[in-house]
Amino acid sequence: MNVIVCVKRVPDTEARIKVDESGTAIDKAGIKYDLSPYDAFAVEAALRLKEGHGEGEVTLLTLGDSSSQETLRKGLAMGADKAVLLTGDVTLDGLATAKAIAAELEGHDAPLFLFGVKAADDDQSQVGPMVAALAGRPCVTGVSSFEVAGSVATCQREVEGGSETVEVDLPAVLCMTKGPNEPRLAALKGIMAAKKKPLEEKPAATVEARIRLTGLAEPPARAEGRIVGEGADAVGELVRLLREEANAL
Amino acid sequence: MANVLAFAEQRDGQIGSAGREAISAAATLAGSLGGSAHALVLGAPGLSAGAEGLGTVGAETVFVGEHEALGEYNPEGYAGIVADRVREGGYSAVVFTASTLGKDLAPRVAALLDVPLATDVTSLKADGGTVTVVRPVFSGKAFATLEIDATPAMVSIRPNVFAVGEHSAAGTVDAFTPEVDASAWRVRVVGRNSASEGQVDVSEASIVVSGGRGMKGPEHWGLLEGLRDAIGSGVALGASRAVVDAGWRPHGEQVGQTGKTVAPKLYFAVGISGAIQHLAGMRTAKTIVAINRDADAPIFSVADYGIVGDLFEVVPKLSEEIAALKAAD
Ligand SMILES: Cc1cc2nc3c(=O)[nH]c(=O)nc-3n(C[C@H](O)[C@H](O)[C@H](O)COP(=O)(O)OP(=O)(O)OC[C@H]3O[C@@H](n4cnc5c(N)ncnc54)[C@H](O)[C@@H]3O)c2cc1C
Ligand SMILES: Nc1ncnc2c1ncn2[C@@H]1O[C@H](COP(=O)(O)O)[C@@H](O)[C@H]1O
Repeated sequence: MNVIVCVKRVPDTEARIKVDESGTAIDKAGIKYDLSPYDAFAVEAALRLKEGHGEGEVTLLTLGDSSSQETLRKGLAMGADKAVLLTGDVTLDGLATAKAIAAELEGHDAPLFLFGVKAADDDQSQVGPMVAALAGRPCVTGVSSFEVAGSVATCQREVEGGSETVEVDLPAVLCMTKGPNEPRLAALKGIMAAKKKPLEEKPAATVEARIRLTGLAEPPARAEGRIVGEGADAVGELVRLLREEANAL
Repeated sequence: MANVLAFAEQRDGQIGSAGREAISAAATLAGSLGGSAHALVLGAPGLSAGAEGLGTVGAETVFVGEHEALGEYNPEGYAGIVADRVREGGYSAVVFTASTLGKDLAPRVAALLDVPLATDVTSLKADGGTVTVVRPVFSGKAFATLEIDATPAMVSIRPNVFAVGEHSAAGTVDAFTPEVDASAWRVRVVGRNSASEGQVDVSEASIVVSGGRGMKGPEHWGLLEGLRDAIGSGVALGASRAVVDAGWRPHGEQVGQTGKTVAPKLYFAVGISGAIQHLAGMRTAKTIVAINRDADAPIFSVADYGIVGDLFEVVPKLSEEIAALKAAD
């Protein structure tokens, strides 16, 4: 079965984020970028599906600039078969992103489109379900694992206080969260092979963003904390502070 | 018209803090836009009985869509009904809660209506008719201010951030029976497994007790349960990724960049080093307590109160003293 996985290039989760002089962008100096963590779970899920069914093609799709090639190569090195880079502006208007992706997906008849639940930069948690709505497909979000039998995918979905088992008719969109299957690391052989895999680059059909970023700020620093004391002897004082000063108990 | 619609989610027929916060945020926004707040609730028949009470949190009119098939959330069932109400009401803004349900529903409704969506906002205002929000980005390592150039302005609010207001008037209930054809739904919930029967979810709790690798093994979680029970109700257990990956705790408890984001009024980090990905999920907690034997652990840099010491000595004593404090209340 063919699967398309939408992936995004984002700052590494270790990155320290500083706002630059413009006040509307991050200071890119020293920042390393990587495949967004949940997208890595989605790639892993697609590869497992392909391996399990013994056939099918895994295609990666991203909207970004040419630096996203590196991210796509990483996914290809994990085992994806080919990649498409739509070049265009990425904004904080997730619907604009979804439209560019949905326009490209019209040309693909893969029964499954996989997304991450959220991208680790804008944290919007919206592009997957929006693409589903635009493409007229059903969608399940927060999927930790799934199996496909015939034309139905059975998903484990995380909800408050537990999980659900959800069936969805294919073709469908699934938005993946962290699950039991750790994303694989690319082996040297995979990295070599990835260099020869097809990576198509073409301009995105972008629309104008209707959400405008007017400012970016670092979070207010937390007030200086204090070490109440050492060991069990400090507990009495901690409980007093929590009750009287913090009003938290 | 400058009215604002809040989608108020129910669970088991009850409208909890998620729905109430959305209504109150909508009421505040409607106030600055010069309109009123309406609420939309969907669920099984019987819901409308208590719905006029939502007036006291800010809803002037409460639309209650009742249908047997809507008792539990289904994306296919809900999205179209919400979109229809938004179209009919001609709203200036629509407010959802960024709960599991809201994260699933709001983007779909936005796409159906062809309007953008700002999710998980921590501040919501109207400046001369333009809706402006602040929302965390980069897992809370920065905050973005955004202007929404579309009508309705569609947002989802971060749980536990917006206060539930108090209004004097009761709401007017407008009950309706939506047309629902559940047989056409392409998404079906076929099973529910409750990880922790009767316990609050970590993302919704007002107090969180989290354990990390310093706990040494899953057999020691009784210590944290003891602390949770000593504090009382509304307390949830959380975990670092290290302990979830080790299989000591379920993923639903993971706090951080690849887990849940929490904003409780009190957060205990027990045997957690404070890696940047963990801090991303809990740094907006009102008060943070860290218990760690390493005085240089990064968790102390965000903690309001820290105890340097062996958690196996500190936590039992802490549970004991809190229990004594509560008993004296
Ligand atoms: C892409 C990515 C995403 C990630 N997402 C998350 C996430 O969502 N959430 C998350 O938590 N992590 C996440 N991580 C992992 C993160 O980097 C850390 O590895 C993890 O948080 C460490 O967990 P820990 O603090 O429990 O363990 P450790 O770092 O091993 O810390 C254990 C602490 O316990 C203390 N300790 C030991 N014994 C005792 C004792 N007897 N008494 C008191 N203290 C003691 C030690 O001093 C130490 O500080 C992510 C990493 C990556 C790369
Ligand atoms: N620019 C992009 N290119 C490709 N996929 C994207 C892009 N932005 C978001 N996505 C996908 O949508 C998911 C959710 O992103 P978001 O709604 O931005 O949090 C991501 O995990 C990706 O799978």
